[in-house]
Amino acid sequence: MNGKKMRTLFLSTLQLSACTFGGGFIIIPLMRKKFVEELHWIDEQEMLDLTAIAQSSPGAIAVNASILVGYHVAGVAGALLTVLGAVLPPLVIISVISMFYAAFRDNVIVNMAMTGMTAGVAAVICDVICTMGKTVIQQHRVLPVAVMVLSFIAAYFFDVNIILIIVICGVVGALDTIRQSHRRKETGLA
Amino acid sequence: MIYLQLLWSFFQIGLFSIGGGYAAMPLIQHQVVELHPWLTMTQFADIMTIAEMTPGPIAINSATFVGIQVAGIPGAVIATVGCVIPSCIIVMTLAYVYFRFRNLTMVQGVLGGLRPAVVSMIASAGIGLVLLAFFGAQTLPADLSGISYVSVAIFLIGFVVLRKWKVNPMYVMGGAGVLGVALQSLF
Repeated sequence: MNGKKMRTLFLSTLQLSACTFGGGFIIIPLMRKKFVEELHWIDEQEMLDLTAIAQSSPGAIAVNASILVGYHVAGVAGALLTVLGAVLPPLVIISVISMFYAAFRDNVIVNMAMTGMTAGVAAVICDVICTMGKTVIQQHRVLPVAVMVLSFIAAYFFDVNIILIIVICGVVGALDTIRQSHRRKETGLA
Repeated sequence: MIYLQLLWSFFQIGLFSIGGGYAAMPLIQHQVVELHPWLTMTQFADIMTIAEMTPGPIAINSATFVGIQVAGIPGAVIATVGCVIPSCIIVMTLAYVYFRFRNLTMVQGVLGGLRPAVVSMIASAGIGLVLLAFFGAQTLPADLSGISYVSVAIFLIGFVVLRKWKVNPMYVMGGAGVLGVALQSLF
């Protein structure tokens, strides 16, 4: 792996990360354009596979996707380089904002705008919840809906630890997959 | 000591936020508002707002913001590192396994089980944010007369616009800010 390629890898990730406004998934089409169409470092099918892994792993999708691209192109060193590239833009931008945060927050106009935007962000989150909830309901299966309702009751009304809920639901998902694959085998034999 | 606490808190956030985007929100709220006295609910709402307006993942944005508030620039770097360590380890392991065996059925099964729970947990944390926007407090007050009609109006307009025309949330945020200034100056 030569230095020039490494530099391109780092600068591309840095540039893509600086452009991922509004949700990490935006970085996927941007990466496809850069690494598949422009640089030809990754093929179309691999990009789809990498997207699936990025979504299936814990953490931010943009960071995960960057790690995968770096790892695929240049191994562990590449992954460390792309993770740095992905993290630097938000780190710098938020650091700058944080330094002026107190003065920023005390300004009357800014305060009014922030109050308005808190209502705006609440609307954005409710929209996300509706869209995500709809996909769960549209599966037309009892289990996901039951998991959704029960985990909401546990989290909101009983203050059950979120990490505990995630672990339990992960186990439920795993058991369900095993059960389904057994059933598929049985019907295959019949 | 504070550095270790930051590292451990954001390590957990990185490890358990599955599904991307707002999936990290309830975990961040749990760690930095409820478990540790690092941010007030208003500051938490502010960082969600800032995260929506700036590039970068919510978890990284929060890590930087909380880190700086609690322990300056080194705090920001440490919290961010804590946040990405789980991703680095798990993603590289999965990539290795995937390119060897090309089979992720089990991983996708686990993810399938988690998705409904993630929706509920975002909803659970989201209610807190809605109440904060409407009443200036995270829990429903006994006296409902303190409700901010301006915020309710902005929320409803934003929600309808998002559901109906699926616009970029960035525009909704911008519009909400402008409306916030305009309506509050008028009334």
